[in-house]
Amino acid sequence: MTYIMDGFTLICVSAGTLLFLAGTLGLLRFPDTLSRLHALSKADNLGLGLIVIGLLPQATSVTGALKLVCVWLLAQLSAATASQLIAGVVFRGKPPPK
Amino acid sequence: MTLGLDLTLIAGLLALALHVVIVRDDRNAVVAFVAFGLLLGLAWVRLYSVDVALTEAAIGGGVTGVLLLRTEALIRPASAAPTASRRSGGALAAIACVLLAGGLAIAVLSFPNPAPTLAPEAAEALGRTGLGNPVTAVLLAYRSLDTLLEKIVLIIALVGLWSLAPETLWGGAPELHPTAIPEPLVYLARVLPPFGVLIAVYEFWVGADAPGGTFQAGTILAAMYLLVLKAGLRPAPEVKRTALRVLVAGGPALFLAVGFLGFLMADGFLSFPDGAAKPLIVGIEAALTLSIAGILSLLVAGPPSKAPAP
Repeated sequence: MTYIMDGFTLICVSAGTLLFLAGTLGLLRFPDTLSRLHALSKADNLGLGLIVIGLLPQATSVTGALKLVCVWLLAQLSAATASQLIAGVVFRGKPPPK
Repeated sequence: MTLGLDLTLIAGLLALALHVVIVRDDRNAVVAFVAFGLLLGLAWVRLYSVDVALTEAAIGGGVTGVLLLRTEALIRPASAAPTASRRSGGALAAIACVLLAGGLAIAVLSFPNPAPTLAPEAAEALGRTGLGNPVTAVLLAYRSLDTLLEKIVLIIALVGLWSLAPETLWGGAPELHPTAIPEPLVYLARVLPPFGVLIAVYEFWVGADAPGGTFQAGTILAAMYLLVLKAGLRPAPEVKRTALRVLVAGGPALFLAVGFLGFLMADGFLSFPDGAAKPLIVGIEAALTLSIAGILSLLVAGPPSKAPAP
């Protein structure tokens, strides 16, 4: 049973790190701000989500697992807001707020 | 395996530090400094100092970054191309930093092995404080004088900031939010604060027995309050308000009062009576957390920029 759990963790966390790698590549190589944001949010949402799902079987307690899920949800919320704010600034063509 | 991680961390830290120093654009340097703070937090985790890591992420990465960004935005018009005096000043600073770092490196490398440590004594006396986290015991029992003075320095910094306001605005409210507030920011400021307050209370409470404590909790509270101010959900308070000043000075004042009580009830200044150490420490920590939250958010909010209501 633990082998299956560990295998699940390995696969999910590897996929998550791969997404982070792809997101970072996109952040560095994409031509404009909006597509860079797109790459970044994929890494943030899906990559972190996969890592959290992969770590769930390794959590020692239910509250520990819940905390992991909360970390993901809070990161989602802040990443989405930050993306919206940056995109809004780009869209209106204004300099970033002070 | 972990060696690879450590080497990557060190390489990243060095590269970011160099970037902060070399890059011409001030804002770029500040952003790199924030990333440096977060990476340094990870480095502290690798050194098994989770308390320091949390503080570094909150203060070094968070509050200092926001303060520097706001300062940079304020002084940008004045700081144009680097002048000759700035360059020679930079060279001087670089030489001083290299000398200091070299001296520190020599000192650290010439430590006897095993290095001198007070850890056994600290762990032994832990039972008398009623605390489970030795870091909190050092901060609030063994070396509480340092902690007290550190908080008073924060108040002095705030007074210094306030006195940047012109005479007519003294006692007024700082202005924090932009004229057009983006919708997503308002949404975040409505949704996040309940979670933030919960996490801050947890950080404060768990600090007695596990990594966490007043500075981390206070920083999270300050961040939540600043989010509300920034989204314009609440107007910034006038700094002449009595309630605000009581909040800012309350924590250190209580700390000082308990310190003097030590003359009557225990061995002297800042010593706690046996058995009552834990409740006293938790009480002081609660007041300190609120004071730190107030001071940090007011520091970020800046000097008063609106005249006080009569």
